[in-house]
Amino acid sequence: MKKGRARSTFIGLCITPALILYILFMLLPTFGVFKMSLYKWGGYSNKKEFVGFNNFKILMEDMNFFRSFQNTILLIVLVTTVTMTLSLIFAAILSRERIKGENFFRIIFYIPNILSVVVISAIFSAIYDPANGLLNSILSIFMKGESSPILWLGNQNLVIYSLAIAMIWQAIGYYMVIYMASMSRIPESLYESASLEGSGKIHQFFSITLPLIWTNIRTTLTFFVISSINLSFLFVKSLTNGGPDGATEVFLSYMYKQAYTNSSYGYGMAIGVVVFLFSFGLSGILHFVTKREHLEF
Amino acid sequence: MKRKKEMGFHTLYRIFIFVTLGALTISIIIPVSWVILASIKENSEFYGNPWVMPKGIYFQNFIDAFHKAKMGDYFFHSLLVTSMALIILLIVSLPAAYVLARYSFKGRKLLNILFMGGLFINVNYIVVPIFLMFVDGDKFLMSLVGNRFLLNNPFILALVYASTALPFTIYLLSGFFVTIPKDYEEAAYVDGSGYFRTMMKIMLPMATPSIITVILFNFLSFWNEYIISMTLLTKDVKTLPVGLMQLMQAQKSAANYGQLYAGLVIVMLPTLVLYILVQKKLTQGMSVGGLKG
Repeated sequence: MKKGRARSTFIGLCITPALILYILFMLLPTFGVFKMSLYKWGGYSNKKEFVGFNNFKILMEDMNFFRSFQNTILLIVLVTTVTMTLSLIFAAILSRERIKGENFFRIIFYIPNILSVVVISAIFSAIYDPANGLLNSILSIFMKGESSPILWLGNQNLVIYSLAIAMIWQAIGYYMVIYMASMSRIPESLYESASLEGSGKIHQFFSITLPLIWTNIRTTLTFFVISSINLSFLFVKSLTNGGPDGATEVFLSYMYKQAYTNSSYGYGMAIGVVVFLFSFGLSGILHFVTKREHLEF
Repeated sequence: MKRKKEMGFHTLYRIFIFVTLGALTISIIIPVSWVILASIKENSEFYGNPWVMPKGIYFQNFIDAFHKAKMGDYFFHSLLVTSMALIILLIVSLPAAYVLARYSFKGRKLLNILFMGGLFINVNYIVVPIFLMFVDGDKFLMSLVGNRFLLNNPFILALVYASTALPFTIYLLSGFFVTIPKDYEEAAYVDGSGYFRTMMKIMLPMATPSIITVILFNFLSFWNEYIISMTLLTKDVKTLPVGLMQLMQAQKSAANYGQLYAGLVIVMLPTLVLYILVQKKLTQGMSVGGLKG
């Protein structure tokens, strides 16, 4: 009996600190988001007024919110498709073709992933700078005589694509490494027999590689949604701050703005709840529609 | 004839491969090395063609960034916060992961689900409630002991960092602990070793590779994080990425490029050095740990 109690004490001592921290700084704040969305709560004053779903009603008529909605969806679709296509191609090339310096490429491609988003934003402001930027100075060689420089971050129609490029640049290496890991598990013999039957490389990619790593692709797709929502916020916060004139406002940057700059915490959290439900819903739908029969090697 | 056509396709294919690989490599190497070179340029060199090499090594940029822009202080704060967060994280998560993976007890399943659910909690939403919780807490402390210490406190920031990293870390570590055969513990108990001793002397040393992976990933995420840091540290005590953001904003009004890029190199260099040292571990750890959010 004594041993049993020592065991329970040990288990308790091991779990409790983690549980306390987790509840205090993860679970309670998460519930806080949902609770606060039902209140009209302005800033430091303790004036909290329960308003039910009123915040959500206001939200449904908030054009700025819809703009951030559109921008977010555009970024999710654009960044996901381009990043996924490119990282799959690069992963396939690096793991299928015997290229000299394969390791070198892998090391280089992963670099953006270890940099802080602030650092990447600073790098891209240098690239996009209208007067002395790297991009415009290259373009000016080809476009002699064009006097007005391209405002990569200043043009309302262009800026969202400039943002997407920075996000893609950051993400390719990370997903490439994930896909390479799962591609390396596909047995070589499959490719050998396919070659003997006269199947070309591109055909092999679509008929062997893609189906066999499909489970992995599905998982990354779900994560893509969540991380695009997240990263778009990080990039917007440090690169454009939502500008020019709200052209790059995304879900979470709008939430953050409402909560801090505007000090309407309740309203900000209502946005948070909608984004939360949206990202879960979208992940769920993607998970469902990409369902295929699981293939074994 | 047919063979010639195949050869042609083959060469085209090789060219395609090298062009795509080359393009991405250039798009990464050039900007990164450009900012490193820019950090030793004098301010006057920033007007005109950006592709000109620096005239000499203008180290004053770094001195300015360190003192005038306070990046030296921020560097110290970042180091402090990151290392404290890593220590807290390991002390808290290792025993929890070990017990959750290897002991069967009432409620274990529930706890596992609870922590797994944390993988889906997005830190950027909950930063607002955490901030407000600290505002309230500070008010309470003020009336109680006449002192406030929740906001603008690097230790508290480290505590929040460690907590937000718990689900992923516990998930990764228990994934490892599950794979160890039961025999090790049984042998230890027969030898009269207690629970605590068994964990410290036998299980934890075996987990060293996983622990290193945990440290690597979390070092990068703590060092680079800035949304929580920006929200919870509102006064003079700031971390490096927030300091860099300040520099970026300041640069818009008073063009001081050299200082900005020197600051950027100060933020970037530790992660780059670490990466070069352990890049194999990092890219391999990904296949072990699966996805991080």
